Amino acid sequence: MSEVLVVVDHVDGAIRKPTYELLTLARRLGEASAVFFGSPDKGAEVAAKLGQFGAEKVYVVDDAQIKGYLVAPKAEALQQLVEKTSPAAVLFVSGYEGKEVAARLAIKVSSGLITDAVDIDASGLVTQSVFAGNYTVTGKVTKGTPLITVKPNSAPVEEVGAAGTVEEFAATISDGAKTAQIVAQQPRKATGRPELTEAAIVVSGGRGTGGNFEPIEGLADALGAAVGASRAAVDSGWMPHSFQVGQTGKVVSPQLYVANGISGAIQHRAGMQTSKTIVAVNKDEEAPMFELVDFGVVGDLHAVLPAATEEINKRKG
Amino acid sequence: MKYVPDATADRQFESDNTVDRVGVDGLLSELDEYAVEQALQLKEKAGDDTTVTALCVGPEKGLDAVRKALQMGADQGIHVIDDAIAGSDYVGTSLVLAKAVEKAGAEKKVDLVMCGMASTDASGGVLPAMLAERLGLPQVTYASVVETQGDQVRVKRDSDTATEVIGGTLPLVLSVTDQTGEARYPSFKGIMAAKKKPLETWSLSDIGVDAGEVGLDAAWTAVEETSARPPRTAGEIVKDEDGSGATALVDFLVSKKFI
Repeated sequence: MSEVLVVVDHVDGAIRKPTYELLTLARRLGEASAVFFGSPDKGAEVAAKLGQFGAEKVYVVDDAQIKGYLVAPKAEALQQLVEKTSPAAVLFVSGYEGKEVAARLAIKVSSGLITDAVDIDASGLVTQSVFAGNYTVTGKVTKGTPLITVKPNSAPVEEVGAAGTVEEFAATISDGAKTAQIVAQQPRKATGRPELTEAAIVVSGGRGTGGNFEPIEGLADALGAAVGASRAAVDSGWMPHSFQVGQTGKVVSPQLYVANGISGAIQHRAGMQTSKTIVAVNKDEEAPMFELVDFGVVGDLHAVLPAATEEINKRKG
Repeated sequence: MKYVPDATADRQFESDNTVDRVGVDGLLSELDEYAVEQALQLKEKAGDDTTVTALCVGPEKGLDAVRKALQMGADQGIHVIDDAIAGSDYVGTSLVLAKAVEKAGAEKKVDLVMCGMASTDASGGVLPAMLAERLGLPQVTYASVVETQGDQVRVKRDSDTATEVIGGTLPLVLSVTDQTGEARYPSFKGIMAAKKKPLETWSLSDIGVDAGEVGLDAAWTAVEETSARPPRTAGEIVKDEDGSGATALVDFLVSKKFI
């Protein structure tokens, strides 16, 4: 069986959940190998974790000369790894970085690229959800090494309980690849809540909050959810841009999306319409968001959400 | 810039699984308007002989996208149009764009290739990086704030897990988000002036691309099937009366095992 490379998405060795989902998909296509850009000191630790979810091998690429630069060096290292291993496919998490590394790699290794997959089957057939979720498209990469970026929450995380073996991979990085530098980096302040793009549940607020996100945050905490915001709420300065759900913010695809005081402009819908279950609370019963919902409450979020939060906390005991 | 089907229209596919660009109203991708705006602001700040060229690869109506940019204030326009381009995927499209930028650069040096963060139809967001790779340039992408000083560029951006400042030296490829600020509307004066601005139409042979390298048949990916998602079955909608909405909501969440 051929190897399938999974590029590990992590922050300082803390592996993000979508990586484990990629390992599930990779195992359908062949032998899953993970590619970890990071400190070799962390190799054994991450290999143990990745192995638990199906990575038989973990290529550790020392990031000493990669850290601090944008995606070009990673694409260069992956080119060398692809040439060495001739994988059946390379999988990336559909985020800014995953997509851009994949984009550069596609040109370098002359391969087709499919972005924002929501599923991959054993024959390599890829499913995408397009046009704000109104169409389902299936397709394949027909030339080169299939490069596929996958949206978070597209596959289950499967524990196999094995340990991955570490293989250090020495990549040669050209000076030309080190031309866009990360001058400063401010990790997002930890909120104690899950990260928006990978959260299983997202509770969002829009114009209808009037700038008061307390009811949104309260419900999010009761459900163990991430907090999101519509563009209207972000443009009003009520929430930072990093919370924006929508075409020009984060595209989310959680198990449950709860939209509160959000009318449902097309751009917002494009960012959340592939959510498995959709719930809305809005005073305006004409809000387009109600066309999408599995369950909707016509009512004032400032009354409904605190009461729902209290009820949830009570039932959880 | 990309000419895209209007997101508020009823978008659909052709029988060959390519996006219908004729039966659906199109327009300049909204996210590319922000790129035009930033380019115009940099030109205004530079105050020298810097020019802004609007480049669009697309069908006949793609010319509307170029015109819009000229009306906003771009100095000249290039429309690359060729029947053989239809159905190109990312790899093919990036080749056409890169060759067009190179041809434009042969006349006047290109310092900056400005792009929207993604198109509003496919939402891929990979073209700027592919273009950078093909042109051998650095990429500074997803900018929410753009600052330049001489040939130094600094941008702010929000990644998934951090807020970052990225620096690069011209020439480079830059992509911007809608956070960079509202795009201007063309003024009446701008609309009149646009009619006199230079506008070139290039075919594949003009930019030195073999027709066999692009288009649907040469694409590196193949769409096998497109299907409209069945309309969502109308969900249950309740009116909140005397706090009943909260209880109904919690009951629903329990029934779906979210609690």
